[in-house]
Amino acid sequence: MTKVWLAVLIALAPLGAETTVIRNATIMTVSKGTLKGSIVVKDGKISEVAEKVMDPAGAKIIDAGGQYVIPGIIDCHSHIAGDGNINEGSVSVSSMVNIKDIINPEDIAIFRALAGGVTTANILHGSANSIGGQTLVLKMRWGKDAQGMIFEGAMPGIKFALGENPKRAGNPQGGRGATETPQARYPATRMGIEDTIREAFDEAKTYKAEWDAYDAKAARGEHLIPPRKDLKLEALKEVLEGKRYVHAHCYRADEILMLLRVADDYGFKIRTLQHVLEGYKVAKEIAAHGAGASTFSDWWSYKVEAFDAIPYNAAIMQKYGVVVSMNSDDAELMRHLNTEAGKAMKYGGVSETEALAMVTLNPAKQLGIDKRVGSIEAGKDADLAIFDKYPLSDYAKVQKVLIDGNVYFDRDQDVSGRAAKQAEKQKLLDKEKQSQPRQQPPRRPGA
Amino acid sequence: MKSLGILMGCAIAALAASNDTFLIRNADVYPVTGAEMKGVSVLIQDGKIADIGVKLVAPKGMRVVDAKGLRVYPGMIDSGTELGLSEISSVRETVDTGELGEFMPQLRALVAVNPESEHFGVVRVNGITSVMTFPSSGGRGGGGGRFGGGEQQLISGQAALIHTDGWTWEEMAVERSAAMHLLFPIIAGRGGRGGGAIPDSVLELIPGAAGGSYTQARRTYEQQIVKLNDFFDQARQYQKERAVHAPGFKTNLKLEAMIPVLEGKVPMAVSASRASAIHDAIAFADKQNIKIVILQPRELEKAAAELKAKNIPVILGRVLALPETEDDPYDQAFTLPAEAYKAGVKFAFGTFNNEFVRNLPYQAATAVAFGLPYDEALKAVTINPAQIWGVGDRLGSVEKGKWADLVIATGDPLEIQTEIKHLYIKGKEVGLTNKQTRLYEKYMGRE
Repeated sequence: MTKVWLAVLIALAPLGAETTVIRNATIMTVSKGTLKGSIVVKDGKISEVAEKVMDPAGAKIIDAGGQYVIPGIIDCHSHIAGDGNINEGSVSVSSMVNIKDIINPEDIAIFRALAGGVTTANILHGSANSIGGQTLVLKMRWGKDAQGMIFEGAMPGIKFALGENPKRAGNPQGGRGATETPQARYPATRMGIEDTIREAFDEAKTYKAEWDAYDAKAARGEHLIPPRKDLKLEALKEVLEGKRYVHAHCYRADEILMLLRVADDYGFKIRTLQHVLEGYKVAKEIAAHGAGASTFSDWWSYKVEAFDAIPYNAAIMQKYGVVVSMNSDDAELMRHLNTEAGKAMKYGGVSETEALAMVTLNPAKQLGIDKRVGSIEAGKDADLAIFDKYPLSDYAKVQKVLIDGNVYFDRDQDVSGRAAKQAEKQKLLDKEKQSQPRQQPPRRPGA
Repeated sequence: MKSLGILMGCAIAALAASNDTFLIRNADVYPVTGAEMKGVSVLIQDGKIADIGVKLVAPKGMRVVDAKGLRVYPGMIDSGTELGLSEISSVRETVDTGELGEFMPQLRALVAVNPESEHFGVVRVNGITSVMTFPSSGGRGGGGGRFGGGEQQLISGQAALIHTDGWTWEEMAVERSAAMHLLFPIIAGRGGRGGGAIPDSVLELIPGAAGGSYTQARRTYEQQIVKLNDFFDQARQYQKERAVHAPGFKTNLKLEAMIPVLEGKVPMAVSASRASAIHDAIAFADKQNIKIVILQPRELEKAAAELKAKNIPVILGRVLALPETEDDPYDQAFTLPAEAYKAGVKFAFGTFNNEFVRNLPYQAATAVAFGLPYDEALKAVTINPAQIWGVGDRLGSVEKGKWADLVIATGDPLEIQTEIKHLYIKGKEVGLTNKQTRLYEKYMGRE
């Protein structure tokens, strides 16, 4: 059934880029204030943002009178579009696996995220490993194939995870006594997690030294047998070289501090701390290291390490100078990150622009794509979300979403097209029934 | 002399009760059951609303709260929680929902409520003054029954309507036994994306999967329906024997607990999400001649007419939820409240997860964004639940004679940016600090 839907949707997906003008909107640029005016989009890029613009000839006009335009929302932590299990849980260092290999462009969660104003998402490996798999950044170009969704040129990443999840994975007893069970997997404590990461980077440093020596000699024209390629260490070598971002799942202040110190010792940077629910306790240290923080607005109490979570976390970290974003880690929450930004204003008094930046420009900075997306400025990708009302409120809903200047979601079209889609589905169901005559199921007994 | 004595008596009484006797002045009052009243006073005496009007004057010495520019609303009610019974959902030792046993009507949620639960303080901040707390979170596959015998439960026990503050569970109780919780049997399976049983034809292809077949699931369902009817027959028999003091009659706590249900004094709160389960539950209620309330319906389209005709109220689950299946509209859960309203079904909101109770008002606001009239959304978190749970004479609106469960807010309480300034339960002001605000202050002051 999904396949058929997809065919229909692909047929409806935008073809070529053209010139579009969004008129009469309240434009919240994030980087350059809020104005009432128009946005001109040319060849997928924003070409002009002003109170008054000249409509280029033949431009497609979107009248957004009374509506709000914000930069397309960016989710720095998502697991949508992963086909099947996203946790390679057999080993605690699984840096050789890549989420890129299992992208399912037909995952309906992509469309639903789009309908919530999300245009870009950081797709992460799960949190079963101290050092997890490689990650990548996608644009929600619904209807395109997996390759067509990849955010071109975005720095690849790798997932790390600390605390309860990597401790628990493979350790049914949750640590104590775990060594007695046949499935037990090291590490089972926070101490073991530190060691696991250090051991891996010790190996990676040696590996990098071998390759550096070889590369240097090769550059001098020497002909040597290259060292053996190790796909696990290759990804960590990239981390040491600053060519791969570390996105580290963490909760408690102690483990956050531990990771920052390990990274300092080995000379690499933690690009983002993910969840980082106790980040407010070590905000000073996070800021000093230069790590970004991507957190939940108000999730708490679902496990012990989330019991000191406070909705003021984002505000406190921001106050200390940390670049903070709000993420979802969840296909549902992903659909209303705009209201999660609203909560940053409520809890801790973050300003409107700073709050909105937490779901647009800040995650763009954290992913190193802020030259392309994250704010409404001439020259940036035309990734835009149009809301019917003030977008930092639960009363607002998404009307249209553009990616690279193309309309990928239009609520009016979606709603008005439902009857036809339903009819088509019914037709197919009827056809299926005819081709496969089935026995009538036995009657339900009287309740 | 005599009159002086009376006067003195009054003065002493006033002093003794001063904690819950005071005047709110200059407020804009939103009673929910009537039109808003601007710039009026509310007199609270002995925990009850004694009067509302323009010309109320505080007797000498009475405490006055000036609410200029602020609004008074009734405190909000969440109709589906485990508050007080579950602290950290993943830690068994802190969770007291989901007891063993299929038929457990004698269990009372109230007696397991921990008044010191950190959750109460957290939810009060957003204006929630009372909640229904259930012996299991309701609905298979909906997060309930994670521990113990939850999966097999049919009647899980008595749900209590409680205040979100009090020294003991006894003092917190609004209605000790507001509903008897029934998890209506469904044809449950291990999976498939819709969460239903896997058809035999598919299952045959999966090695070793026979245990979860449709036939098996159907058999279990049929057995449960028979057991449920048997249990009610037993209860009725018990009721008869008890009434006539039949020779050899012995008290049975399970059956004893069913009598208020059979007498129609306590409704059965029935978890039934799909249309077929709702239909079955209604037929069952008809046959047994009992009052029911449907919890967390997801398919209203087919069931709405029947619910309206029989005057059966529903408790809508989380508005911010994913659609049931891939082909459903992305906004299926967002529009469900509007659908219920249009069909004339009486409803209230429940969050069905302790973590999200504080977001009850925002869920109601999302329903407004997707078509529910604002006044109806407000009713669904105030007067409707009060009426559904049988306390409409005491709670749910700002009216003379009702308990002073009130909030004083800076604006519309369903809007994220609104701040609750004061909260009163039975006229007693309850502080708006909690574990999270304390941590906030502590770490904002870190050196």
